This record gives sequence, structure tokens and C-alpha cells, in this order.
Amino acid sequence: MNAMLPLPVRPMLAAPAHPLLTRGGWSAITLVAGVLFLLVPWLNLWLPAGHAFHVPDYFVSLAGKIMCYAIVALAMDLIWGYTGILSLGHGLFFALGGYAMGMYLMRSIGTEGVYQSELPDFMVFLDWKAYPWYWSFTDHFWYALLLVVLVPGLLALVFGYFAFRSRIKGVYFSIITQALTFAFMLLFFRNDTGFGGNNGFTDFKRILGFPIATPGTRMVLFMTTGAALLGAFLLGRYIVTSRLGRVLTAIRDAESRVMFCGYNPLHYKLFIWTLSAVLSGIAGALYVPQVGIINPGEMSPANSIEIAIWAAVGGRGTLVGPILGAFVVNGAKSWFTVAFPEFWLFFLGLTFILVTLFLPHGVVGLLRRRGRARS
Amino acid sequence: MTAPALHGVDAGPSGALAGAGMRVATHDVDTTHGPILYLDSVSVSFDGFRALNDLSLTIEDGELRCIIGPNGAGKTTMMDVITGKTRPDAGTAFFGQTIDLTQLTEAEIAHAGIGRKFQKPTVFEQHSVFENLELAMKADKRARTVVRARLSGGELERIAETLELVQLRDHVQRPAGLLSHGQKQWLEIGMLLMQEPRLLLLDEPVAGMTDDETIRTAELCLSLAGKHSVVVVEHDMDFIARIARTVTVLHEGSVLAEGPMDVVQADPRVIEVYLGR
Repeated sequence: MNAMLPLPVRPMLAAPAHPLLTRGGWSAITLVAGVLFLLVPWLNLWLPAGHAFHVPDYFVSLAGKIMCYAIVALAMDLIWGYTGILSLGHGLFFALGGYAMGMYLMRSIGTEGVYQSELPDFMVFLDWKAYPWYWSFTDHFWYALLLVVLVPGLLALVFGYFAFRSRIKGVYFSIITQALTFAFMLLFFRNDTGFGGNNGFTDFKRILGFPIATPGTRMVLFMTTGAALLGAFLLGRYIVTSRLGRVLTAIRDAESRVMFCGYNPLHYKLFIWTLSAVLSGIAGALYVPQVGIINPGEMSPANSIEIAIWAAVGGRGTLVGPILGAFVVNGAKSWFTVAFPEFWLFFLGLTFILVTLFLPHGVVGLLRRRGRARS
Repeated sequence: MTAPALHGVDAGPSGALAGAGMRVATHDVDTTHGPILYLDSVSVSFDGFRALNDLSLTIEDGELRCIIGPNGAGKTTMMDVITGKTRPDAGTAFFGQTIDLTQLTEAEIAHAGIGRKFQKPTVFEQHSVFENLELAMKADKRARTVVRARLSGGELERIAETLELVQLRDHVQRPAGLLSHGQKQWLEIGMLLMQEPRLLLLDEPVAGMTDDETIRTAELCLSLAGKHSVVVVEHDMDFIARIARTVTVLHEGSVLAEGPMDVVQADPRVIEVYLGR
């Protein structure tokens, strides 16, 4: 009767899987892609304007604009949510990408400006006779694309190198980034800087030869932005599911231990910081042709703070959260600024306080808690 | 503070040195003369306070050394100097015959083969026990290779071995933040072992541990000696008595006495500054 009990056998240790996306995640991505690339274009372009399911043009512009914001929010999440470095200057990288694209759009106006000159109106107004050297080649689209990546990227690389090498952290880093964007705003406000002063760039006529404000062009820009957002999301997932992503969160949680494990945090911070700036620049470049204007107001400190709020409201360290946050906050903003324009900033501030106090993981954290409570 | 050249590390042409800057193989530590660590006349001052005062100390390869001393004797500062966190005002610190520790960054020193456990257990609280060990594992730790890193079967096996050694096999998927204090201490020791260090610095490894955990930690320390050189800083005299071979007493930033436990304990100067209180 005394049968020998089998010795407890320990299961083999298995390496934890870090899939790029779960099956549900892939389904969701496919669904989103279907909506972005098939459903919205069809409902907007092929259904007549009076039809019940017609998607109006203003909705396409608004959604396109918010998707640009979502890319910046995602970029913010990589550096703040995952690496623990709060940047309050991301609006600068966004604006620089926007200005780079804006230069190309200004050159595309040709002689159709008010003064019918080869030069942009603001240069004629300043009595400039030729383009300054830094406007060279900006009539080439590919060169503008290069600038969109290189200008924010190089600025972030140089700034980040000195800041991270000096081990500037926490609130000090945030304040310096805030000062940086403010300094650039003052610089761009000056007419002599050569970027149109406080009016910035506007009155764009065409992009790559196509008229810029037609429904067709708008739809192509919308779909390009959608593709950029999905691409940025997948790139973000690739990074945070890799060992590199785990090093980044380790830097956030215990940087000294990371160093004593033999990692040089400087390289890791610099990589994610520069990538984040480049993503913001790309978002800015997509934003400008869709809204038709870029001016130094985009570099104002308040804009950069708003980016941080999108990420916080959506849920830091989740990637999906900041995208949701950008939509929720900006959706609310579109409605609020029409209904109660003078209360918008109060509402925004209140939202930030409430989220910080009660929803440390933002909307996504709330949804997850709900999901767990139900199951 | 650019990455300094690695003294005494034969890394071939300068291009290769730049590339291999973060990967100093442990077998490059030259211990042909016996000692693995030399501190010579090291002094460190903070705002006029001399934390280390002309401290000289050598640790033999494979030795288990206990360092004791009252609060403020300079024990933690000494570890800071060895691991590159603090630069000495005067004196030299060499790892083996050739590696000048005062010229390297924290990360480079870790790669050279020195692992450090902090006084307060410092693990990655949001990561699982498994991931903590994975991140600590000796590997190429440059960002561009880490992004594509995959665990090999051999690496998985080493993680499994370490989990058994520090008795955390049943908690492998738990976030490290949920472990008990003693378990965190053990996880941190496990992380050090994953780095395959030649020299382990353990700052108060049994602080906050139960008696049972303390006894098991003593056994672990004894089993590590020989394979690694181990330096233990502790206040717990029962623990020290359990593992001690050579004991060094620090006082006011320099060595007061050194020798076997019973000899040191009988030294009247030691009794006066430390044990007798």
C-alpha cells in the first residue's frame, strides 16, 4: 500500500516569451489599419456628402492632426514612461520637424505669393534679395525629409550627450529642456532668423505638385500619418520587448545598479532620447501640411507640457496609453474650445492633477483594473 | 569624462579597443603576483572630512576577507573607490597588476570583473526575478547588441543554476519588488554571480535577515570563496565569526588592525574603538 510518492519534478526553466504583439494585439492592429486605410477613405471620398455614413473632411483633418500628436505622445512615452526621463521640450523637436517640412512647402509656392516673387512673402517684406544659405536645397522634397530627421536628431544627440554625460537627472533635466524650447521660440520669433518670425510659414499651395487642400491630398496625408503612427508603435513595441527595453526600465528604476551591472547608461539614454526626438520631428513634418501653418507658438513651453499630459492621461509605460491619451485630451479640447473656450486650460490642469492623484497608470491602467475586476 | 583607455588590457589595435571598450574579459585580470586588489595610500575627503585616510589594503586572489569597523570608519567609501563611484584625492587602486581602477567608469569596472552589492538591497523592482538575473548576466552590454540579444540555452542554464543557488527558483516570475527583504538581498547576490566577477564586494549582506537566512548566507559566502575573491563588510559579529578568516578593522579611514578573528578581537586598540563599546 505504501506506494512511493513520486518526487516533485521541477519543470524546466523556460525563457519568458516577449512577443512583439499578442494575437489580440495583431488583430487590433489589423482592424485599426483597415479603418485607417480602407474604411475612412471610402466613407470620406466615395460616399456623397449628404449620406448618413459620410465622414466629413474636417473630421479627416482633425483625426490626421491628432494622429500626429499621438506619435509625439508615443515618443514621450519611450523617454518618460519607459526610461523615466521627463522631457518638457518635446514640442521643440516637433516644431523643428514641422519647420523643415514648412521650408519645402514655402518653396513649393513658387511665384504665387502675394508679391509674386521667387522668395517667400516674408523675405520680400524684409527686403531680402536671395535665400539665406540654410535655405539651400530646401526646394527638394528628399532634402526636406532629410532635415526632418537630422535637425531634431542632431540637436537631441548633442544636447543629450552633454546633459546625460553630466548626469543631469529628474526635475533639473525637465527644467533645462523647458528652457531649451523657450530659447528656440525666442530665436524663431525674430524676423532675422529667417523663418518668418512670429507669423511662421503659411499659405501653402501644393505638396509634390499636388494642390494641398483637396480632399484627395488630405486623404493621402491622413493615410501617411496613420502609417507613420502604426510604424512608430511597432518600432516602440520592438524596443520595449527587447532586452534593451528592459535595460531602459531598469535605468528608470535603479540606475546605479545598471551601472554596476556593466551597462553604460549614457549610451542607452542617448539612443532612446534621440529616437524620441526624431519621431517627434516626423510627427511635426506630417502635421504642418495638414494644418497649413507652423509658427513659433509650437515651441511654447505650454505645448511641451501638454505633450506630457497626453502621455500621463493615457498611461505611462504602456505605448497604447499615450496614443489614447492624445485622442482623449485633444478630442476633449476640440469640444471644449468651442463650448467653453475660457475654461479649457483649467480643465486641462484639473485633468492632470486628478490623473496624477488617482490614475497613476492613466486610462489604460483604469481599463486594465476594470478588466481584472471582471475576470 | 570620455571613456578612458583601459590600461593593461590587450585589446589589439586602437579601433578594436574602442569597440571592445565595454568588454574586458575577466581572464585579463593579472593576478600572477597573488593579490587581486591593491589599495595604496588612498585618501578621500568630503568637505574637509577625511573619509579615507592613507588607506592601504591588499586582497589575495580567492580570499574571503571580512572588513569591520564602527560607523564612519570608511567602509562604504572604500567600496565606492573600488567601484569607481568616488575618485580618490590621493593614492592608487589597482585590480590585479595592471588595471587602474581610478581611470575607469563604474560600468567598465563591472566589466573588468568587480561586482558590488549595496548596503540597501538594490534590484530592479519592476522586473521579474528572471529578468533581474538576465540583465545582470555577463554579456556584451552595448546598446546596439543588446537590442537583438536572445537567451542561449547555456545562458538559460546559468540562470537556472543561479536561481537554485540563491533559492529563488519558486519565485522566478515574481516582480522583484514583491520579494521579502532577505530574498532581495539574495537576488542581488545572484545578480552579482551572473556577472561572473573575480571580486565580489558585499556591503552588509545580512542586514535585515532572519537568523536562518543569515546562516544560509554565511554558507553561501564560504562556498563562493576560492572561486571568487570576496570582501564582506558587516556589523553582525556573529556572522563575521561564522565566516571570518582574515579580518581587517577600519577606523577613521585607515587600517587599525588585521589578522585572524581571535587575534583581532584580543587587540586592545580594537577593543577600545569598536568591540568594547
